[in-house]
Amino acid sequence: MPKILAFVEQRGGVLKRTAGEVLGAARRLADGGGSGEVVAVLIGHDIAATLGAALGPLGADRVRALQHPSLAPYSGEAYARLLAAEAALAKPDLVLFPASAMGKDLAPRVAAVLGVGLASDCTALEAGAGGSGFAATRPVYAGKAQLKVGFAASPAMASLRPNVFTAPSAQPGRSAVVEAVTSDPGALRDAVQSLVLAASAKVDLTEADIVVTGGRGMKGPEHWGLIEGLAAALGAATGASRAVVDAGWRPHAEQVGQTGKTVSPSLYIACGVSGAIQHLAGMSSSRVIVAINKDPDAPIFKVADYGIVGDAFEVLPRLTEEFKKLKG
Amino acid sequence: MRIAVCIKRVPDTETKVRIAADGKSLEPSGVSYDLSPYDEYAVEEALRIKDAAGGTPEVVVLSAGVGDAATQIRKALAMGADRGILLKGDLPFSDASSAASALAGALKELGADLCLTGKQAIDDDGLQVPAYLAQALGWTLVSVVTKLELKDGKALAHRQVEGGHEVVEVPLPAVITCQKGLNTPRFASLPNIMKAKKKPLEEKALASAAPRLTVLGLALPPGRKAGRIVGQGPDAAPLLVKALHEEAKVV
Repeated sequence: MPKILAFVEQRGGVLKRTAGEVLGAARRLADGGGSGEVVAVLIGHDIAATLGAALGPLGADRVRALQHPSLAPYSGEAYARLLAAEAALAKPDLVLFPASAMGKDLAPRVAAVLGVGLASDCTALEAGAGGSGFAATRPVYAGKAQLKVGFAASPAMASLRPNVFTAPSAQPGRSAVVEAVTSDPGALRDAVQSLVLAASAKVDLTEADIVVTGGRGMKGPEHWGLIEGLAAALGAATGASRAVVDAGWRPHAEQVGQTGKTVSPSLYIACGVSGAIQHLAGMSSSRVIVAINKDPDAPIFKVADYGIVGDAFEVLPRLTEEFKKLKG
Repeated sequence: MRIAVCIKRVPDTETKVRIAADGKSLEPSGVSYDLSPYDEYAVEEALRIKDAAGGTPEVVVLSAGVGDAATQIRKALAMGADRGILLKGDLPFSDASSAASALAGALKELGADLCLTGKQAIDDDGLQVPAYLAQALGWTLVSVVTKLELKDGKALAHRQVEGGHEVVEVPLPAVITCQKGLNTPRFASLPNIMKAKKKPLEEKALASAAPRLTVLGLALPPGRKAGRIVGQGPDAAPLLVKALHEEAKVV
């Protein structure tokens, strides 16, 4: 009967879509081990009433909503301190996080406080042999290999790669006990002074369901309208290859690959991307890959499910038009 | 002022991964190694801080791992770091605890105002050594930083998050992890490469800590099924949209 603590991310009072993914994975492991318990931990200010009720239908049995005005912006120090205390109190067998920007900062801090092992950015998690009774699979060498690890001690800790774990559909009949707790984190040394969101960031790469990426074949930043047009028609995020970022055509935040972001969308469309090994590492776990390239021998076609051999400048406008027609 | 930079020797980004016969590790033959790219931003940032302060801060490069990591420390010395410390030992792959406790021990002994390192090493992508260091030393931590300013004993850092960045202020000493975009690392000139050979590089044996993770296996990712070319040129666009809508059901 495993007890699982799941950190559920919210920013600005809005639940992240990873909440369903993390709770879904926790629920599955809890049930697999025979009527285990899933405790969701929410941290922020004034969130228990607005967000707490949504977590039962997603799989939580209990919700601990830790609230304090100083927790409204994310503070790695505060959040880690409170979560470590929750873990000490609940004595879970497993603690789960989303491997989002917040989760990737927070999970190692909590693991360091608790002195236990953490498997970062996992793509699979199962009950298994070893100290903690869990085993995690995670990409290493930027996805060129998969490492399976066990945990020496309890609790096991893992962060889950966004878009990989399927969030179950919400069950409206399921409810959780929501405990609102006033949690003053005490004196903090780290202070988030502001959160600056880029005006262009309509959909973030790592969270996007569809990604449209441009490579060197796009010939220059002035042609990015073609990539953005296709992305807009699909509600997709835009990405760029390393060559494009290194040439200064696009910001690094858009880079997909080993020294950029790793993405696993349902649909990845690579336009004028040759498919260098370090690029493939960052996107080959996408569910469906489409490649558009002039060169029929480009390595990108080896990983693509569907390909069009042709000039991106001719294909993209037509493709954008066809998608617009489909979406009506 | 003293700035410590923690670096790691990793297989370079062009490496084609093959699995060794034990089924648990990388087949090392034919692999060439390099300084982890994010650590290179950390070295560069330390040197920029040193240059801006008129060259007075000392930049010390530390690495834990196999003896061959001396090559990567020398690379950092050739870029301009002052001296190196290599903590020699055979570290279990993907377990952060041994490397982190060795580095933390050395940092305590050394004393520093700032520790810079890459946001992750590109081999095990484990993401946790910096947090272990900050915890062990009782220092503050800011991760995934794309802009850094030091002033009056504080660090003001831009930290990359989804769709933008957070501006975070922490008191020193701090551990800062570096992201691409922070700076453009310099190339080492030939005279500096020669000079680096004479810079002090201290070697110590590291005491291994009890591992927190155990490797159960390493495998290649499942291969993708062969795809198909739906057509040539713009006339293939409707066929592609149909396939994505009806067959793959992703749009």
